[in-house]
Amino acid sequence: MNNGNHHNGAATAGGVGPAGIAGAGDNQWLLRVRNLTKIYGEPGPRTLELTGPEFSSNICPDTDSIVACAEVSFDLYPGEVLGIVGESGSGKSTVVKLLYFDLGKTAGSALLYPYDQGQTNMLEASGQQKRRIRNHLMGMVYQNPRDGLNFHFSSGGNIAEKLIMAGQLHVGGIRERASQLLEKTEIPVRRLDDTPATFSGGMQQRVQIAKAIANNPPLLFLDEVTTGLDVSVQARVLDLIRELQQELGIAMIVVSHDLSVIRMLTDRTLVMKNGRIVESGLTDQILQDPQHAYTQLLVSSLL
Amino acid sequence: MNIIEVHQLSKTFDLHILHDKQITALQHIDMTIREGEIIGLTGRSGSGKSSLMKCLYRTYLATTGEIRYASASGVIDLVKADDHAIIALRRQEMRYCSQFLSVIPRVPAVDVVAEPLLRTEKNKEEARARARTLLEMLGLPSGLWDAYPVTFSGGEQQRVNVARAIIAKPRLLLIDEPTASLDVRTKDVVIGLIRDLKQHGTSVLCISHDEYTLSTLADRRLHLQAGRITPTVTEII
Repeated sequence: MNNGNHHNGAATAGGVGPAGIAGAGDNQWLLRVRNLTKIYGEPGPRTLELTGPEFSSNICPDTDSIVACAEVSFDLYPGEVLGIVGESGSGKSTVVKLLYFDLGKTAGSALLYPYDQGQTNMLEASGQQKRRIRNHLMGMVYQNPRDGLNFHFSSGGNIAEKLIMAGQLHVGGIRERASQLLEKTEIPVRRLDDTPATFSGGMQQRVQIAKAIANNPPLLFLDEVTTGLDVSVQARVLDLIRELQQELGIAMIVVSHDLSVIRMLTDRTLVMKNGRIVESGLTDQILQDPQHAYTQLLVSSLL
Repeated sequence: MNIIEVHQLSKTFDLHILHDKQITALQHIDMTIREGEIIGLTGRSGSGKSSLMKCLYRTYLATTGEIRYASASGVIDLVKADDHAIIALRRQEMRYCSQFLSVIPRVPAVDVVAEPLLRTEKNKEEARARARTLLEMLGLPSGLWDAYPVTFSGGEQQRVNVARAIIAKPRLLLIDEPTASLDVRTKDVVIGLIRDLKQHGTSVLCISHDEYTLSTLADRRLHLQAGRITPTVTEII
C-alpha cells in the first residue's frame, strides 16, 4: 500500500532519548510497520486469499478463522498524525492494539526508531523490553477511560503510576509534573487527589491524555477517543489533542470511524475494510478525491 | 526560472458508486509558473479552475501527466511524490487557500491565522503579534480577534482565510477567489499583501472572477474552458 520510498536506515548515531529522536533526519521514519497480521483461530493455506474487501468478509470460508487485520504496512514520521478510518470490525483498533502490545501478532513487523535504532522487530521483543518500550516510548488513549485509567487511584496517582514506570522516583518531581499535566489538560489542579470515577466523561478522557503523555513519548495512540462524548466536550478534547501535537510534536495514530475527527487532526489517512487497507493518502485527498469504491461510499455518507 | 511546469495533465474522476461513471475535469493541461510571477486563472464555473489548483496541491490525484515543482531542495513531480514529501512541502513552502475558511472548533481567529507559524516558530507570541498585524491591516475588528470564526460573516471569514494563507510567506501560493465578498478598500489591501509576497519572491496562482483584481494583480492570465487551457493567453506587461 505504501509507496516504498527508500529511506536511509539507522545511519545516524547518538543519544536517543524517550522525548524525541535525536539524530534522525527529515527522511527518517519513526515507526515502520510491515505486513502486520492478526488472525483469530487456525488459518488455512488460503485464508488470506479468501478474505478481504473483495469478499466483503474477514472470515475464512475454509477454516472459519477470523482475519482481524492482514498485510497492514505503513510508515509514520516524527510529528506526523496518521488517521485510520473504517467501519466497526474493519481492524483499525486491532492495528493500534498490536502496536501497543495489547494483542499478540500473528505475523508482521514493527520497527520503532528509538528502540534499537529501528533494527529490531519490537513485536518480537521480550516481555520486559515491551514494558520498557511502552513505558518510555509510547502512550495510549483508549475509547473507554476504564481501560486506560485505574479508577481506584486518584487522577494524580494515575499520572504518577506512568511516571514511576518510566523511572521517575522523586515524589516532589512527580507531583509537580502531575499538576503541570492537569493544568495543560485543563483539569483543576485541586482535583489532583480525586478519583476519575468522580469526573465527567470528557474530564476522564483528558486525564487519560495527561497520563498517556506524562512520559513525553514520541508516539501516541488514540483509539476512538471522542466517541460517545457530546459535541462541545468532543471539541474540547480534539482541541487539546491539536494543541499538544503542535506544542510537543508527538507523532500520533488516530483511530476513528468519524471522518470529521480524522479531517481535523490528521495529515494522512489509511482506510480499512475487512481487515485490509483499501486506500491510503493525504487526508484531504482521501476526503475530496477518494479512489476506492468503499472510500467513496464512506465519504459520500458524511453528514 | 519556472517554479511549476505542468505537462499534459489530465484529471478524470471514476465514480465507482455511480456505476463507474467518469467525469473529466481537466484535459492535456500544459502550463508554467515563473518564480515571483502572479498568474490569474479564469474561466466559467465548472471549467476546471479549482480542479487544476487542487491537482497542484495534491488534494486531487492527477490521472495522467506531470507537475514538476522546483522546491527549495530540488525538482519534484507533485503527481508521483511520496505523501510525506508533500506534507513537508505543505508545511514549508506551499500554501493553498480555498474559497471558504474551514473553521477549527474552539480555535480563536488569531490562532487560526498564526497556525502556519506556530508549528515552526519558537516564539508563539511573535507569531500571534504578526497575525494581529495582518488582521488589523485587513480591517477585522479587534473585538473579533479572540473570537471563534465559526460565527463570523462571509467577509470576516475571508479575511481570516487570506491572512492565514500569507502569514508564513510561502514560496508558492494557490489562492481561490481571495477578493470575493470583500469591499473595495479591503480588496485593495488583499491585492497589496499579495503583491508584497511577490516582491518577496512568492509565485502565485490566483483564481478570480473579478476584473479589478485580475487587472491590478496578474502578470499573466490563463483561461480554462471545459477542462482545457484556451490558446488566447493575454500577456500583461
